[in-house]
Amino acid sequence: MHVCTVTPISLTVGANRIVPAIAIPHPLGNPALDPADEKKLRRKIVEKALAALCTEVDDQTVFDK
Amino acid sequence: MALRVVHYINQFYANIGGEEKADYPAELRVGEFVGPGMALKQAFGEEAEIVATIVCGDSFFAENMDETTAKVVAWVKEQNADVFVAGPAFNAGRYGLACGAVAAAVKEQLGVPSVTAMYSENPGVDMYKANTYIVPTKNSAAGMRDAVKKLAPLALKLAKGEKIGASCEDNYFNQGVRVNFFEQERGAKRAVDMLLKKIAGKPFETEYPMPSFDRVAPNKAVKDMSKATIALVTSGGIVPKTNPDHIEASNASKYGEYDISMFNDLTKDSHETAHGGYDPVYANDDPDRVLPVDVLRDMEREGVIGKLHNKFYTTVGNGTAVASAKKFAEEFSKKLIADGVTAVILTST
Repeated sequence: MHVCTVTPISLTVGANRIVPAIAIPHPLGNPALDPADEKKLRRKIVEKALAALCTEVDDQTVFDK
Repeated sequence: MALRVVHYINQFYANIGGEEKADYPAELRVGEFVGPGMALKQAFGEEAEIVATIVCGDSFFAENMDETTAKVVAWVKEQNADVFVAGPAFNAGRYGLACGAVAAAVKEQLGVPSVTAMYSENPGVDMYKANTYIVPTKNSAAGMRDAVKKLAPLALKLAKGEKIGASCEDNYFNQGVRVNFFEQERGAKRAVDMLLKKIAGKPFETEYPMPSFDRVAPNKAVKDMSKATIALVTSGGIVPKTNPDHIEASNASKYGEYDISMFNDLTKDSHETAHGGYDPVYANDDPDRVLPVDVLRDMEREGVIGKLHNKFYTTVGNGTAVASAKKFAEEFSKKLIADGVTAVILTST
């Protein structure tokens, strides 16, 4: 599965399970947050990624909920 | 004196038989032209003659590829050919491979120019288009007339040693060769002209075709995450501090494989990014922002996942050729599978 910020690129190159990220230079983080909150944010994205891996898909799917 | 052409065809086009005769061994027929050779001969007119035809069953070739290729090369040499023509193979897979393989070998080993022809989806195209000229054809022999019309002039040009134009001018699959030249019009005008044609629904030719991306069927869902081994892969350029393998900041020619078994957290002292296409400050300050090792270690400890794979794979996805990325992934995917990895999280910047 693919975690990336620019999901249209991910769709173009053919990823099947896609989870949107925060920003190009820090996909799984946000330097504006304090470190504990930032880690919580990162964990949320990774949890989404794992959930996507546990979901059957038959076509390219962006997990943006 | 007419230019000398040696022509390669399979058992079907030699009127020997279909699939039941596909094990027909390679043979050289001096002074003969058969099947598509007749149309070629007509198209060549007085300028060139087919001095010999090589016939080989498609299965025979596929099963004896090295020996047969060597034999074909020796025969072409013996016939003192000015150009070697194979096919057209249309959409016949084994025939396309055979045509591509012998044409490429003749060119490479003898320096004799070679050309073949086949349908764009024939696997022979991707395998050999960089090593010989391949003329695009329709997907069946119904396109023979059209194929010969393009194949014959290119073969003649090659035999005469004339300069070959761009792939769109001389009708062959793009070989990935870039040639510099001066355009008459400046770029802005060309772009606007193209746009106007597009708006008017008229045909136009892009100057920068996008690479074609393949599609793969989605993998099955992971059944039990608590038993799964999850691996991290990134195009965000995360590497151990000092980038020991010197992965390039753009147009990367390699990927790295690094052990993370001793890391619970990536820090600015242990890792950094080699990527030259985004502001590296945030990734260098905390590489977990690109490669979330810290969170996955927590989840491993909590039993959410079975295991975080002990290695990660990384490259720089910055102007990196699709072909390179594909090659990297083909290699390390095999390693990931061999290591029993259940699923991969690929992060991109």
